[in-house]
Amino acid sequence: MEDYSKLKAIAGRLRRHIINMVAAANSGHPGGSLSAVEIMTALYFKLMNIDVAQPRWPERDIFVLSKGHATPVYYAALAERGFFSPEELTSFRAVNSRLQGHPDREKTPGVDMTTGSLGQGLSAANGMALGAKLDGQHQRWIYVLLGDGELQEGQVWEAAMTAAHYALDNVIAFVDWNGLQIDGEVSRVMNVACIKDKFAAFNWHVQEINGHDFGEIFAAVERAKEAKGRPSVIIARTIKGKGVSFMENQAGWHGKAPGQEQALQALKELEVE
Amino acid sequence: MATATRDAYGKALAELGAENQDVVVLDADLSGSTKTAAFAKEFPQRFFNVGIAESDLIGTAAGLAASGKIPFASTFAVFAAGRAYDQIRASVAYPNLNVKIAATHAGLTVGEDGATHQMNEDIALMRALPNMTVVVPADGVEAAAATRAVARHRGPVYLRLGRPAVPDIHDESYVFDLLKAPVLREGEDVALFACGYMVHVTLEAADMLAEQGVSAAVINVHTVKPLDTDTVCRYARRCRRVVTAEEHSIIGGLGGAIAEVLAEEVPAPMVRIGVRDTFGESGKPAALLEKYGLTAKAVFAGAMKLMP
Repeated sequence: MEDYSKLKAIAGRLRRHIINMVAAANSGHPGGSLSAVEIMTALYFKLMNIDVAQPRWPERDIFVLSKGHATPVYYAALAERGFFSPEELTSFRAVNSRLQGHPDREKTPGVDMTTGSLGQGLSAANGMALGAKLDGQHQRWIYVLLGDGELQEGQVWEAAMTAAHYALDNVIAFVDWNGLQIDGEVSRVMNVACIKDKFAAFNWHVQEINGHDFGEIFAAVERAKEAKGRPSVIIARTIKGKGVSFMENQAGWHGKAPGQEQALQALKELEVE
Repeated sequence: MATATRDAYGKALAELGAENQDVVVLDADLSGSTKTAAFAKEFPQRFFNVGIAESDLIGTAAGLAASGKIPFASTFAVFAAGRAYDQIRASVAYPNLNVKIAATHAGLTVGEDGATHQMNEDIALMRALPNMTVVVPADGVEAAAATRAVARHRGPVYLRLGRPAVPDIHDESYVFDLLKAPVLREGEDVALFACGYMVHVTLEAADMLAEQGVSAAVINVHTVKPLDTDTVCRYARRCRRVVTAEEHSIIGGLGGAIAEVLAEEVPAPMVRIGVRDTFGESGKPAALLEKYGLTAKAVFAGAMKLMP
């Protein structure tokens, strides 16, 4: 078995950044950030062909955070990767900060697309994938991360049709399937199941994995890259709030900041891990 | 000669496609009506029909702009500015992406399709968005020139086009300047500011006013945002009386924009000609324009009301 200890250490740092930034801002979305840590670590520390010295390098791989509220994990990954200093993370959500509540491609180095209003990221990713194909850049990958609750937005399915219709096999979408949204369980608020069948019916290449397992993430991306003529979706089963005992599987931690005591406890748990 | 602004747009777009490889076009199942079909025929590799999905139309265009293309996204005005407003706001205007939203079938002159398809609020919606430029060509010559100008301009643009043929006002020597509102006729007693379909109607009204001994200036405000406030204020100051005319609601459009500026800079008695806070209905365009008061007679009457 391959040793992912380095990536696991990075994932641990991202989790601690998430707690620190959300606590410092006293605002933000820890739950759906913690669930996406391994996916983001895999993308920014192994998969994506990017250059921190040239954030807009025209041949780079692209990432679109369609579930735009997960900025804590996004900024943590960008900072750890070197797009800006981790010290800047404490300015998250403060006035005059480059780190807006939701991703802003004009303000934050490394952010490829502005998002925040759910449901719009896949369309933008498709546009970038079409652009890459027009430019003959067949080795560029366009990654996008969707939330499972976000799949309730109709535009996602408009874009799912477009990606399949134009055979955008350079699009690789992840669904962060943590099962919870603001008002509770996704299956109770508005059931999106069966996600696999839905994407399959839209003519996508579909895989389901454990979204906290690096080996499964890399194997799935490898297979996604080999699926020619179709866009790929990797439905990643995850735990909302992963790594912090009192946040795990609690919808209440979708968009709430921990208090000082809670933040200390969370950091302690993440230290042990 | 009379040409629909959408026809001139479609022709100019196809020419532009030959000159600039970065120009790409998107449509949502209306390419025959929006006239993007000519581009699609010549450059199928750079044309993307997303089907009846306007949110995705705008979002995909945003992604193409982010990868350096110059996307023109076309559908009817009601579906672009209305249905896809949040996509325009969050995926285009806020990130200041270089998307040209070329919306056809704006206003009452859609005609028989009725109120659901008559977009009389789009100038107001688009004008309120930061970073957005709003252009409303008056005739075919101007629509073609504006198509080229907005392709050169970097940033989001809403290009408002109409369904019916309108008489040519400009000749081929016309030079379009995005930032300057051309004065079509000089006058001293009343300043008539118009855009789009109502420009030729307003010229007619100026003739009627001249017959009554009233000297009316006519200004074609083809770009409602950014507004050429210098010209607007200069003519308000000179003529002391102002009439605006647009195929759009009197709320928030050209009349609203000019009222905002003049209230602060050059307060002047003013009449706004436009759709008076109501929805339209089915009918022949001419019958609708008559019923909703978008005629030369209405512009004439508005100006006369301001005369001592």
